[in-house]
Amino acid sequence: MGAVNSIAAVLQKRHADIEGAWLEQLTTASASSSGRVANEELKRQAQEFFKVFEQALSSGRIDAIAGPEWAEVRAFLEDLSRRRALAGFGSEDTASFVFSLKKPLFEALRQENIADPLQLAEGIWNVTMLLDKLGLHTVTAYQRAREGVINRQQQELLELSTPVVKLWDGILALPMIGTLDSARTQIVMESLLQKIVETESQIAILDITGVPTVDTLVAQHLLKTVTALRLMGAECIISGVRPQIAQTIVHLGVDLQGVTTKANLADALALALKRIGVTFSRQ
Amino acid sequence: MGEFLLVTLQVDMHDQLALRLQDDLTNAIQAKGSKGVLIDISALEMVDSFMGRMISDVSGMARILDAKTVLVGMQPAVAITLVELGMSLPGINTALNVERGMQLLRRVLSDDDDHRPR
Repeated sequence: MGAVNSIAAVLQKRHADIEGAWLEQLTTASASSSGRVANEELKRQAQEFFKVFEQALSSGRIDAIAGPEWAEVRAFLEDLSRRRALAGFGSEDTASFVFSLKKPLFEALRQENIADPLQLAEGIWNVTMLLDKLGLHTVTAYQRAREGVINRQQQELLELSTPVVKLWDGILALPMIGTLDSARTQIVMESLLQKIVETESQIAILDITGVPTVDTLVAQHLLKTVTALRLMGAECIISGVRPQIAQTIVHLGVDLQGVTTKANLADALALALKRIGVTFSRQ
Repeated sequence: MGEFLLVTLQVDMHDQLALRLQDDLTNAIQAKGSKGVLIDISALEMVDSFMGRMISDVSGMARILDAKTVLVGMQPAVAITLVELGMSLPGINTALNVERGMQLLRRVLSDDDDHRPR
């Protein structure tokens, strides 16, 4: 393809000029961007990109950047995107690394094709198409990395926020923190019921001090947990009921179905101990 | 089991088998004069609404024959399924295992004795 060869040729012939102009753009952009990259590092990144870029161009295919010829370029861009995301760059900063190469390339093409406007037009179109695709690739890679982080954090949050604690022989406590939705309720029920079987506990105290609001949905989830516990022969006490929650429950007309509620965990524990027949005496 | 009857459910019950079970159980309660029935479902990994209703029915029949029922050994997954199905089996006593079930039965029956008019 004449046009590709012309891009590759132009790159080779005017390598220094293009690189210089590109670096200038990058350093100006870097000075005003949200992240920080040292100029030395920028130069190194630009040079490495050039290397893999030229190699991919030499394959002669610019239409399919998903192909194996462009694998190294894609890998470089993905890596760059990942590192920049970690350094606090936004997605547009990483994409403009690629897009800012357009102006220097256009300039070089213009100078090489001064006599041939058709060739120039085709060269400009090919460069635009190619760099657009590569730029989009960095944005996609960036977003995928962020989504990965979010998913991982969500998973950690889920696991962290539903610990089942053994308070006494036969008494388990489950301090619930954060909003209670169906996904969490599922996890809470599974881990709590499993622990009941493992420890042969008779009483489970659900502490909802850390649950900000209780609406009908949350109440439903709580009651599901209570019912499941009852089916397995364990008893449930709900503790940590704050005044606003008490008001909400009555206003909503939620039927707690005879579940004992206590204002705080201490009272709930005292009740639970009494129920299993344990007494303490002060010395 | 002494004064209690132990029923162990091990396979998925279909209609005929369920009816047979109800028959056998009610007859046994009467023949032995049992005051308590323990239904052990620890071997069941799955309980559907049919089973739930059957357990409820059996419990009702036992009550009419002056026997108390305790359901023991429900697996966590089964409990969650029943709750999702909206079956909370109200009025049925439950216990974690057979041992606890017997303790519960004795307590419930002795409470009954205490309240019986003299």
